[in-house]
Amino acid sequence: MPFEPVILFFLLGLLAGVARSDLKIPGVLYESLSIFLLLAIGLKGGIELARYPLASLAGQALVVVTAAALIPLIAFAVLYRMGRLPRADAASIAAHYGSVSVVTFAVAASFLSRMEVAYEGYLVVFLVLLEFPALVIGVILARRAEGQTRWGPMLHEVLSGKSIVLLVGGLLIGWLAGPEGIKPLDRLFIDLFKGVLAFFLLEMGLVVASRLGDLRKAGAFLIGFGMAMPLAGAALGLLVGNLLDLSVGGTVLLAVLFASASYIAAPAAMRIAIPEANPALSIGAALGITFPFNLLIGIPLYHGMAVRLAGEF
Amino acid sequence: MAPKLHPCRLLTVICEADLERPLVSEFHRLGISGHTITDARGQGRHGDRDGLWPPSANIRIEVLCEASVLDALLTLLEQHYFKSYSLVVFVSDVSVLRADRF
Repeated sequence: MPFEPVILFFLLGLLAGVARSDLKIPGVLYESLSIFLLLAIGLKGGIELARYPLASLAGQALVVVTAAALIPLIAFAVLYRMGRLPRADAASIAAHYGSVSVVTFAVAASFLSRMEVAYEGYLVVFLVLLEFPALVIGVILARRAEGQTRWGPMLHEVLSGKSIVLLVGGLLIGWLAGPEGIKPLDRLFIDLFKGVLAFFLLEMGLVVASRLGDLRKAGAFLIGFGMAMPLAGAALGLLVGNLLDLSVGGTVLLAVLFASASYIAAPAAMRIAIPEANPALSIGAALGITFPFNLLIGIPLYHGMAVRLAGEF
Repeated sequence: MAPKLHPCRLLTVICEADLERPLVSEFHRLGISGHTITDARGQGRHGDRDGLWPPSANIRIEVLCEASVLDALLTLLEQHYFKSYSLVVFVSDVSVLRADRF
C-alpha cells in the first residue's frame, strides 16, 4: 500500500460526513486531541533536538525560514494578479499556505516510519519556526495599500496561540528532560500518538465534509491553486532539503512543511488581523483541497521525488 | 416584603468564537464589570455553525449594563464589527436584584 493507513480514518470521517451520518465528534474533543498532538510532536522534537549541536542548526534554520518566506509571496502574487482575488483574501490565503499544517507533518512522519525511512528528528524545530512568519507576511501584504494594522492583537493571537505555546513548550520540555527523563511518559505521548492521530483524522474528515460547500464559493481557480501551490512548495522544499544535505526522510518532511497549509493557527490569527478576508475561501482551499491532496497524493509523491533527487546527486 | 427589582438592560451577542478575546477587552475598556459566555450552535446567514471545530464555533455573550454604557458598546459593535464578522445583537429589558452591581 503506497499510502499511510492512518489516512483511512480521514476517509471514513469524510464518507460519514458526506453521507450525513449522525456521527459527531464534539468540539471539546477536537480541542483535546489537538492539544495532545501538538504537545507530543513538540516533545518528540525536543528529545531529538538534544542529540544535535544547536549552533549547527541555526544556519540551517535561517536558510529554511528565508526560503519559506517565498511561499506566501508567490501565493499572493498568483492569487492577486492571476486570480484577481481581492487583496485581503489573497493575503489571507497566502498566509495560510505560507504557514504549516502540523497534522500533515505528523502523517508524513508516520508514513516515513512505516517505510523505514530515517529522518532528522530536529525537523520539528522548523515546523515551529515556519508556523508564524507567513502570518506576519500575510498581514503586511493585506495592509500595504491602506491604513492601520492591529499588530498588537495579531501578534498576541499568533505567539500566544495554543499551537506555538504547546509546540515550543513540548520542545523545551523534551529538550530539557532528554530521552531518559521522558521515558515514564512514553506510553502516553509516544505509544498512543498514532491512535490519537487516527482519531483526529476521523474528526478532520467530518470537518472537511462539512466545509465542502465552501469549495463552491471558492471556484475553479482556487481549487486549482489548492493543488498547484503544494506542488510548487514541495519542489522548493525538496531543493532546499538537498541544498542542506538532509537525509531523504528529512527532505520529504521539509517538502511536506513547504507544501502544507495551516488550518489550526492561521484561521484564528487571520480572522482577527484581516477581518475583511472571507474565511470560507482560505479554509475551503487549505482544508478542503490542500490537506486531502497532501495526505492522499502529496506525501508519497514527495517521497518518490526525494528518492529520485537523492539518486541524481 | 417582596425583594426590590430594578430595571436593567441585557445585551446578548451571538457571534463567532474567535471574537471572544477582542470583545472581552472592549468590555474591560468600557468598564463593564462582568459578562457571561456560553458555547452556542445554530444556523444563520453564515451557514451551519455546528461547533465541530474552532472556525465553525459560535458563542453567546450576555452583558447586563446601564443605558449609557450600552449605547457606547452598541456604537462600537456597529462601527468595528458588523462589517466583517457574523454577529447577532439584541437588547432586552430585564429586571435585576442589586442594581448597584451592574
